[in-house]
Amino acid sequence: MNKPIALELKQITKRFGTKVVANKQVDLTVYRGEILAILGENGCGKTTLMNIIAGIYYPDSGSVFVGGKEVVIRSPKDAFAQGIGMIHQHFKLVDVFTAAENIVLGVNDGHKYNIKEVNKRVSEIADKYGFRIDPKKKIYEMSVSEKQTVEILKVLYRGADILILDEPSAVLTPQETEKLFDVLRRMRRDGKSILIITHKLHEVMAISDRVAVLRKGEHIATVETAQTSPAQLTEMMVGKKIEMDIYRPMPENVRDRLVIKNLSLTSAEGIKMLDDVTFTAKAGEILGIAGIAGSGQKELLESIAGLHHLQSGSITYYNPKKDKPITFYHKSFERVMELAGQGMLRYADGRAFTGKDENGKPLSKKTICAQVEAGEILFVEDEVINLREKTPLQIRELGVRLSFVPEDRLGMGLVGNMDIVDNMMLRSYRRGASVFVDRKKPGDLARTIVHDLEVVTPGTHIPVRRLSGGNVQKLLVGREIAAAPTVLMAAYPVRGLDINSSYTIYNLLTEQKQKGVSVIFVGEDLDVLVGLCDRIMVICGGRITGVLDGRNTTKEEIGLLMTKTQTEQKEGTESENA
Amino acid sequence: MKTHDKSAREPLLRIVKRESMPIWKSMLIRVIAVLAGILICALLSVLVLDNVDFLKFIKTLFSGAFGTERNIWKLGKNAAVLLCISLAVTPAFRMKFWNIGAEGQTLIGALASVAVAYYLGGKLPTPVLLALMLLASVLAGAIWGGIPAIFKAKWKTNETLFTLMMNYVATGIVAYCLAIWCPSNGSVLPRLAYGHLPVIIHEYFLLIAVTLILTAVVFVYLYYTKQGYEISVVGESENTARYVGISVGKVVFRTMLVSGAICGLAGFLIVGALDHSITTTSVGGMGFTAIMVSWLAKFNPLVMMGTSLFVTFLQQGAAEIGSAVDPSFPNIIVGIVLFFIIGCEFFIGYKIKFREKARKGGSAS
Repeated sequence: MNKPIALELKQITKRFGTKVVANKQVDLTVYRGEILAILGENGCGKTTLMNIIAGIYYPDSGSVFVGGKEVVIRSPKDAFAQGIGMIHQHFKLVDVFTAAENIVLGVNDGHKYNIKEVNKRVSEIADKYGFRIDPKKKIYEMSVSEKQTVEILKVLYRGADILILDEPSAVLTPQETEKLFDVLRRMRRDGKSILIITHKLHEVMAISDRVAVLRKGEHIATVETAQTSPAQLTEMMVGKKIEMDIYRPMPENVRDRLVIKNLSLTSAEGIKMLDDVTFTAKAGEILGIAGIAGSGQKELLESIAGLHHLQSGSITYYNPKKDKPITFYHKSFERVMELAGQGMLRYADGRAFTGKDENGKPLSKKTICAQVEAGEILFVEDEVINLREKTPLQIRELGVRLSFVPEDRLGMGLVGNMDIVDNMMLRSYRRGASVFVDRKKPGDLARTIVHDLEVVTPGTHIPVRRLSGGNVQKLLVGREIAAAPTVLMAAYPVRGLDINSSYTIYNLLTEQKQKGVSVIFVGEDLDVLVGLCDRIMVICGGRITGVLDGRNTTKEEIGLLMTKTQTEQKEGTESENA
Repeated sequence: MKTHDKSAREPLLRIVKRESMPIWKSMLIRVIAVLAGILICALLSVLVLDNVDFLKFIKTLFSGAFGTERNIWKLGKNAAVLLCISLAVTPAFRMKFWNIGAEGQTLIGALASVAVAYYLGGKLPTPVLLALMLLASVLAGAIWGGIPAIFKAKWKTNETLFTLMMNYVATGIVAYCLAIWCPSNGSVLPRLAYGHLPVIIHEYFLLIAVTLILTAVVFVYLYYTKQGYEISVVGESENTARYVGISVGKVVFRTMLVSGAICGLAGFLIVGALDHSITTTSVGGMGFTAIMVSWLAKFNPLVMMGTSLFVTFLQQGAAEIGSAVDPSFPNIIVGIVLFFIIGCEFFIGYKIKFREKARKGGSAS
C-alpha cells in the first residue's frame, strides 16, 4: 500500500496503577484514505489507545507522529489542532440546542458567530458525505442515529482528517449501521483516515481495509481485511481457537410460567416507557428480547421484578406446585388460609383442606402449621399468583423464585464496595430469626461460585469493584442461579465480557432452561439472540412489535421490527409535509 | 533532527492513580502528615506568640493533654463525650444520610434530662429518676433525628439543611425553657441537686466506661447485624436496596432514630455525669467536631476511639499554648493539623509524575 501515512504510533505504553498495563509498546500505522478497524475483546486496551490519540489520556512512554512529524497531544484541543477527532460511545450534546448550535459550540475560529452561515456549512458537509440531517432540529427531537450524525459532523466541522469512532454500531439497527458505513466509505474516498473500534467481526469484514488486533494491551498484528477470515481474527483476538456455535437443545415440557397482559408504564417525567405489552414467558425455554438500547427492555424486566408502579396491566405467575406440598414461605400462614379458601389445597389422601376438621370446627393455627411442616397438605393445581403491585420483598414472601440479573451490575445487582461474601447474601441475608447476619453460608456459596465459574479473584473478601467485568458478571449470575429460580431474567448479561466468559454465561442460561426454568434474555448482539433463544420478542419504543421463532428467523427480520414504529411515524410525518 | 517548540512538550506534572498501597506505607504517610502539621503549627506559634520556642511548643502541647493526672482524666472525659456523639452520627453517615444535626439532637437530649430532674427531682428515688432521665433523653434525641428522616422520605427534603436548621430550633427551645425556669437569675440554671450519676473510682470513670461499651455495641450493630448490613446497602446504592427488597425509607427512618437516640444518650451523660445543668452551648460544637472524627475514622467505631482521642489531644494541648493569647488559637492549630491529615489522603490514592527529562533530552539532541 503506497498511500501516505496519516498517523503513526511508536512504542506507546500506558499503565493504570502498578499492575494494570492497558497498552504495552503498541506500534500502529494509519494511512490516508483508509478505514482501519481496531479489533479486540473488552479490556484489551483498544479504547485506551484511541483515548491517547484523542488527547484524553497521556501515554507513559512512546511517541505519536501525525503526517510524519512528532507531536504531543495533551488534550482533546491539541488533538483537534492535529486534525484528530473522536466520536465517543456516549454522546456529549446539549439537548435544547439545535444540531448546528451543538456543532459550532466551542469552535473559536476568529469569525463572528453567524448561525445562518453555520447552518449552511453544516448542510454542505452533510451533503458532501451523504448524511441526512436538518441543522435546525433540536437534539431532544432526534433519534439515536441522528445524534450520532451530529457528533460526526461536529468532528468534521472542526476539520478533522483522522476520525475515531468508538463502537458506533452499538446503538444502531443493522439498517442504520449500513447507512453509516456508506457515509464512512465516502469519507475514505475523500482521503480521510477512519479508525473504528469494534468487536463485531462481521462489521470488520464489511467495512475495513485493514484490521489491527489487540490482545491484553499488546498489538498482535495488522492484517489486510481481504486476506483474512472471521475465524482467523477470532483466533488472533482470543489467542486460541474458539468453538463459535452456541449449544441450543430443543425445549422440553414447555408450559406457561409468566403471563403478562396489557402492561403500561409511564415514567416520573410522563414519558410512556411501556405501552400495552402482552406476552408469555414459558418454562423450559429461553425468550430473547431484542430492541435498540433504551426501548423499554430495562423497564419491562424491572416492572416484573416489582420495581415500578404500573399504570395498567397484569402479571400472573404460575407456580409449578400441582400435587406438591405447600411449604411455609416467610410469614405465610395467612396465605395458606387464603389458598384453603380458594379450594387450592388438599390432603395427601385426596380430602380437601379447608382449615376445618371433619366436624366443621376450625383447626388451630398450631395444628395447621404442624400439618404444613409435615408436608401433609398439597396443592390441587398450580398456584396462580398475581405479581402486580407487589414489592420485591412481597414477591419473595409469596414463594416466587424470581431471579434477576440487571443491566447495571455494580449499581443494582451488586454493591461495588462490599466484598464477595457480603454480595452473596444480598438476596438471602434476611433468613432466620436472628438479628445477626450469618456469613457462613454466603461464604460457602462465594467459594462454590468462585470455584465452579472460574472467577479470577485473590479471595472472597475482596470488594467486587476491584474485579474485572467478566468476573463480576459471573458472581452476579452465579448468585441468581444459586437461588434455584423458576424465572431467570437477564439484561445484557454478556455486555463487556470476553468471548470465553460470554460462552460460559450462554451455557449457564441454557442449563437453566433444561432444568425447566423460564429464561428471559435481553440481548444486543442479534447473532447471539438468533443462536441462543427459542423465541425472540422484539420491542420498539415500549411496544412489542413481534414475536419470532428463534430457529426460523433472520437478523434482517428482527432489525426491521426493531424500528417498526419509528419508520411508521416517519412515513406519517412525511406524508403530512407533502 | 527534530525541533521541539515549547508547546509540544510533555506536561510538567501529571497525576497518576495508584493501584493500592501496603497498609504500613499508608500509615507511614499519615504519621508523616501529622508530624508535618505539628511542625508547621510550631513554626507558626514561634512566629506569632511571644515566649514560645520550638521545644516549649512541643512540651506544652503534650503537657496540656498528659501533664497531670487531672489533665489525663480531662482528656479521657472530653474524648469520651466526643466519641459518644461521633458514634451517634456514624450509622447515618454510613447510610450517606448527611446528618449534621448531632449538636441539636444532643442538646435536646440534655434538655429532656434536665427537665425530668428539674420537675421530678426529690420526688422519686435516684435510680428511678436516672432511668426516667435516660429514657426522656433517648426519646427526645430520637424524635429530633427522626423528623428530618420522615421529611426526607415523604417529600425528599435535603437532610443536610434540615438537620442543620433543627440545631437552631433546639437552641431556641433551650433558651425558652431557661427563661421559664429561672427568670430572675439572668436565665442561668443553677446546678441541679438531683439526678447525678453515681461516682465510681473517679467522677469521669462511669462516663468513659459507658462510652467504651457503646463503642463495642455500635461496632457489632454496624458490622454483624442484619440492620447494620441494610444500612451499608442503602448507603452504597439505593437501587441495589430496592432491587433486593429493602425499603429505603424505612431503613433511613430507623437509622435516624438510632442516630438521634445515641445523641440523646450523650446529652443524658453530659447532664447526669458532668454539667448537672444546661445552657444553649452545653454541647459546645462537639456535634460538628464529631462529624470530622467519624470521617477521619472512615466510619469505623473502633478507629474512632483513636481519632476522637487525637482530636481532643490537639484541642487540649493547643488550648494550653495559645488560649491566653486568643481563644481561637487552638482552633487554628487543630485546623492546620487536620488539613494535613485530609490532604495526605490524596498522596495515598494518587502519585505525581514529573516530566521525564532524560528521555526527552536524549531525543532532542
